[in-house]
Amino acid sequence: MSCWDTVQAYALRSLGIGERLLPRGEIGLCEQITLIGSGMIWNVYFGALALFFGFFFAVALAVGKSARARIIRKPAEWFIFVFRSSPLFIQFFLAYFALVRLPDEIVIGASSTDISWLTDPFARAWLGAVIVLFLNTSAYSGEIFYGALQSVPKGDLEAADAYGMSGFKRFRRVVYPTMLRLAWPAYTNEAIFLFHATTLVYFSGFPAFRQQGDALYYASYFADRTFNPFVPYPIVAGYFIVLTLLVILAFGGVNRHLGRHLPAERRARLRYRPNLIR
Amino acid sequence: MFEFCADPSTLDTAPWFACYLTNGVHLLFYQSFLTVLILLAVTAPLALAFGFIGASASRSHILPLAWVGKLYTAMVRGVPDIVFFLFFVIAIDQALEWINHQIRCPEWDEPIRQGANFLVCQAAKIPLSSAPQWVHETYNFLIAVFTFAIVFGAFAANVLFGAMRAVPRAQMETAEAYGMTRRQSFWRILVPQMWIYALPGLSNLWMILIKATPLLFLLGVEDIVYWARELGGSRTSQYSYPHPDWRMWYFLALLAVYLGFTRVSEIALARLTRRLSHGQATAGGEAQRKATV
Repeated sequence: MSCWDTVQAYALRSLGIGERLLPRGEIGLCEQITLIGSGMIWNVYFGALALFFGFFFAVALAVGKSARARIIRKPAEWFIFVFRSSPLFIQFFLAYFALVRLPDEIVIGASSTDISWLTDPFARAWLGAVIVLFLNTSAYSGEIFYGALQSVPKGDLEAADAYGMSGFKRFRRVVYPTMLRLAWPAYTNEAIFLFHATTLVYFSGFPAFRQQGDALYYASYFADRTFNPFVPYPIVAGYFIVLTLLVILAFGGVNRHLGRHLPAERRARLRYRPNLIR
Repeated sequence: MFEFCADPSTLDTAPWFACYLTNGVHLLFYQSFLTVLILLAVTAPLALAFGFIGASASRSHILPLAWVGKLYTAMVRGVPDIVFFLFFVIAIDQALEWINHQIRCPEWDEPIRQGANFLVCQAAKIPLSSAPQWVHETYNFLIAVFTFAIVFGAFAANVLFGAMRAVPRAQMETAEAYGMTRRQSFWRILVPQMWIYALPGLSNLWMILIKATPLLFLLGVEDIVYWARELGGSRTSQYSYPHPDWRMWYFLALLAVYLGFTRVSEIALARLTRRLSHGQATAGGEAQRKATV
């Protein structure tokens, strides 16, 4: 089997397209690179989806946390506290077992109608894990946006008042763009670490359906099969470095766009701070 | 534990739970919390030491040493930490066995890597296959501690390297003006002053370390996650304490424990920050000075 055949057979293996069985016999470099790359599809999927939806919720949380009314502020504070100060690993387990149990509870509570068609997707990684990651990244980015919201310059707000802006208009035209610009470097790091956190999905709770796992799932499979950690893990590392660079590139573009009106020396630089695990 | 626990099936809810939560396996579960605390207590200073060595090495004037330090600090960037956790556990294990193999069985002529196998002679196995169970468990735990220390040492090196650069340049210049050597000014001026700059990063790191402890489960240690999964699984009536699938409640309890632990740490670290800011030329120290005047 040539390397190109392997790529054709296994490149979409993690989605259930192509060869069903994992490679037997001799496992070469080509098989490992292909299958681990195939697993990366899941990492990108989890990260991209959670990041996209999480952004909107995070803005809402940040606004909520800086609200004056207790009834809005407290829930936002608690949400951020719970998700930021507990391990993502535990959150995954808890969510998985809660989602698996959910059908039993409802069936016993009401009549015994079968609602498994409704609850099944939640116990699968493609939806359940995305929900957990979405809530988690919302809390982390919510805190970042909250910090940025607190450091919006007073002068900007006074200028908005002077123009007679108030309420939502003031937020959309003045507060929100500044908040985003101030938060963006930190938010970039959050995005990178969210992608890194996606590796936890198949190691906690959510089982890999028909051995269709993410990059690290295949890497640890190969490491166990070949007793040689020195090939698969560096491959994962390589893929993630590429992914990190792509994220920095994309977010750097947005960062330039957000700071385009500023003189060059006042523009915030993206600085990669490698300081987060959940 | 209690006298009335002899026949749990006859008990009411409250005494049933009293018995259930104090039976033998649950005591093991509570012990595993101790495992986590020991891990934290051993790893934190070890990681700090690794970080300190890494940060001082990357400041070194000897180029190869500086490269090693820089490489170590750069290691954690761009790659998920969990990859390192999974990698180091196998890599350290194999490295130890390989070294032991070279010492104990020099006459062994077969290759160690045979296709998909990693073969060393029986005498070089660590721990020996005849060793009792607790030796295996301790060995696993020690490897886990070492892995944690390496990864978190790299994080700490990043923080300390930044803190060393944050110490005002004037302080070092004054030291030079007093005729101190590089070594003297490093130990007498830089190191005592860098902690206040390192503290925010280190507190953050401590929180991260707490939140990383469930990863012990992945490294094959019987920690709280392992026991929560074991105990929560549904028990049929063959067992003395039958119950449905309670894993959700066990993990909810773990979540609560972690929330409490991080909250307590947060308060303690805030106090420590206040203590260390005392008399420092930082915003925090300045605020304290103004408050007393």
